[in-house]
Amino acid sequence: MLRFILGRMVKIALILLAITILNFCLIHMAPGDPALVMAGEAGDADPKFIEDLRAQFGLDKPFIVQLWTYVSHFATGDLGFSYRQQMPVSELILDRLPATLLLSISAFLISLILGVVAGVIAAARQGKASDSIISTIALLFYATPLFWMALMAVLLFSVQLGWMPAFGYETAASDMTGLARMLDIAHHLILPSVVLGLFFMATYVRITRASMLEVNRLDFVKTARAKGLKPSVIQRRHVLRNAILPVVTLAGLHAGQLVGGAVLIETVFAWPGIGRLMFEALQSRDYNVLLGVFTVSAALVLMFNLITDFTYRIVDPRIRLK
Amino acid sequence: MTDPIVRIENLKIALPEGADRPYAVDTCSFDLFPGKILCVVGESGSGKSMSANALMGLLPEGVHVSDGRIRLGERDLVGLTDEEMRDLRGRRVAMIFQEPLSALNPLMRIEDQIAEVFEAHGLLKPAERKKRAVELLTEVGLPDPARAARAYPHQLSGGQRQRVVIAMALALEPEVLVADEPTTALDVTTQAQILELIRTLQVERNMAVMFITHDFGVVAEIADHVTVMQLGKIVEEGPAAKVLSNPQHPYTRKLIDAIPKLRAGRAAAPAREPLMEVKGVSKTYRSGGGLFRPVREVHAVKDINLTIGRGETIGIVGESGSGKSSFGRCLVRLQDTDEGQILLGDQDITKAQGKDLQELRAKVQMIFQDPYSSLNPRIRVGRTIADGPIAHGTPVAQAMAEADALLERVGLPGAGKRYPHEFSGGQRQRIGIARALALKPQVIVADEAVSALDVSIQAQVLELLDELKRELDLSLVFITHDLRVAAQICDRVMVMQKGECVEIGPGSQVFDNPSHPYTRSLIEAIPGKDWDAEAA
Repeated sequence: MLRFILGRMVKIALILLAITILNFCLIHMAPGDPALVMAGEAGDADPKFIEDLRAQFGLDKPFIVQLWTYVSHFATGDLGFSYRQQMPVSELILDRLPATLLLSISAFLISLILGVVAGVIAAARQGKASDSIISTIALLFYATPLFWMALMAVLLFSVQLGWMPAFGYETAASDMTGLARMLDIAHHLILPSVVLGLFFMATYVRITRASMLEVNRLDFVKTARAKGLKPSVIQRRHVLRNAILPVVTLAGLHAGQLVGGAVLIETVFAWPGIGRLMFEALQSRDYNVLLGVFTVSAALVLMFNLITDFTYRIVDPRIRLK
Repeated sequence: MTDPIVRIENLKIALPEGADRPYAVDTCSFDLFPGKILCVVGESGSGKSMSANALMGLLPEGVHVSDGRIRLGERDLVGLTDEEMRDLRGRRVAMIFQEPLSALNPLMRIEDQIAEVFEAHGLLKPAERKKRAVELLTEVGLPDPARAARAYPHQLSGGQRQRVVIAMALALEPEVLVADEPTTALDVTTQAQILELIRTLQVERNMAVMFITHDFGVVAEIADHVTVMQLGKIVEEGPAAKVLSNPQHPYTRKLIDAIPKLRAGRAAAPAREPLMEVKGVSKTYRSGGGLFRPVREVHAVKDINLTIGRGETIGIVGESGSGKSSFGRCLVRLQDTDEGQILLGDQDITKAQGKDLQELRAKVQMIFQDPYSSLNPRIRVGRTIADGPIAHGTPVAQAMAEADALLERVGLPGAGKRYPHEFSGGQRQRIGIARALALKPQVIVADEAVSALDVSIQAQVLELLDELKRELDLSLVFITHDLRVAAQICDRVMVMQKGECVEIGPGSQVFDNPSHPYTRSLIEAIPGKDWDAEAA
């Protein structure tokens, strides 16, 4: 086991390094000069001023030197400094990360739990009305554009019914603390996480349903019936446990995507996460922030992957013991 | 005579509409007696498994008992509620299955799967259940039962898993054991052990056994009584000795005649000029070897030397894992060899590249075991057959015409426009043969080409292969685990064990006078060989 973890850690470090280098190169190939943007905003287009800006930020150095500077700082956990926001990038990201993680993990759990439960029900009632209803609803949520669903949800639950806050992470300037603040955040969290969760739910419904039906046909299910086990025990212990394996694979892929998938929702709901941070950085050519966000989201994807692999080893002994 | 424990009377099992016939089992009656084994024999589709499933109350959805009675003691099982039937299953009637590989849940420890039987019927405390599991595993003869109990299914061999399934079935000391082809998927030596185990346990516990099989060799080995089924009807029944020695119904006779006899089927053909020469071929599989993992090596084929004459049929026999299939795949270069040469004329198949390899591939073709997965389900069979020649430059129209001619030759005229699912297993294997012949090869490697087929179909396909071989002067490398088949059609036989050739010689010599202990143990294990000797 230790060997497995060690091996994976080395791989993850190498992949992360490669991603960082690639991102750095891509950003440098993209059109636009941060010094020009900054000079423009400062209202001074004097070539001397621009040259000074370049020298100050090391932008006049050869590309390879810039890359080396970035990577060597990155290795020590330093993601650089955002001159626009006058803050270290790592601080900016750490500030925003909890909100994003809260939103994506809630949405992830909602989609996974609802999806698997609905899939199991659909499989048990294969061919009946409830099967078609579940599949249709799931497909409907999947086919509706995410931002549209978000706007409609706001319109219905915030504007018309007034049940939920329309945007934000918590009630501004309310000075709530402790439990009250947590409940306030949870209240704000419901709409965005449910909308995002419902969107991703469809794939879980479909794969769980298909997988349950497939496992139901396998021989060991008949063995279980021959033992005289109750159908509910057979479904839970024998069928679901085996049917869940492809769901775990899919969930691992999704978990990584959710960080990126949250950008749109964060924008619609004015959720102060790294998705919005990235969007703002993109508009203002805040290279360091952009690079930092890319790297952190890559690291999250890799981390979710590692968790998936661990989960797989727990649920499938054939992998653990090979 | 004691009273039967199970009486099946005029059983009718209705199939859903649109099936090939209205009843899977049509007005069948038979009895199971304590301490006796009834073998129900028949080919696929005879209704033998359906009647077993009916007894267990495990008929597939859409299939139901439409008439008749299934009496267990005083009780009629037909019409019991699911809950009542569930209570009997495992406790009074238990079942073992054909595929030990898939009959166990891969994600659960063996002890938990056995403990479930007690749990299902609310017996014993959890700790006692596990203790009992180990005892049962000891009883079915698993080495190191305590460890096996903690294992997952994939850590056990096929034979060991079948013992686990048997242990599970015996847990609650049922009066009736239903065994659905329990040894079909096993190697011959393992099969002999499992048959022996079932025999012993059944006598010890005075159990009634309904043993489903397609193999008269197995019948000869263990049956007290035999029932022969054809298309849902019982065509013959009686004491095993009587049915085997003096079958009355033509269908029974046909089934028994179709079994290859365990004697060299013919004198070895006079040796002709060598066509293919195998020199010191070895193949090692390596797995693992990641950043922190050691490499695992399996020597699948070790230093095999063999000369195959023109027009000769060479049998390669051995148990699973003996390396016979790996060797076959090396011959057609479906996998690379590590060492040695395979010479066809002056060209080495193991080294050839590009154009040379393509030409060589046309000369050595393969027929696969599984007639279902070896044909692409989305491509019409004519095109499947023509694909090879087209790849070698034959114009499409001509290749398709040749494919039609080949299909006619293998007994399937006009089949080219149809898809694989429209054919039966035997027909598909004929298509496989036509495909192998399409490139006009000199050598055909047939890997377990008839293993998946019913015995009468098997006989027809073997006959076809033999005819074609003579007609086209082919050399045939026939890989099989079935020594009877090898004895019948091979000029020479090579016996493989753990990648090595332990014995090679003319069929008559290998079978009548085996020199290696492993060959002797294989022959010793063949079911019904004493019956064979009597018949001879």
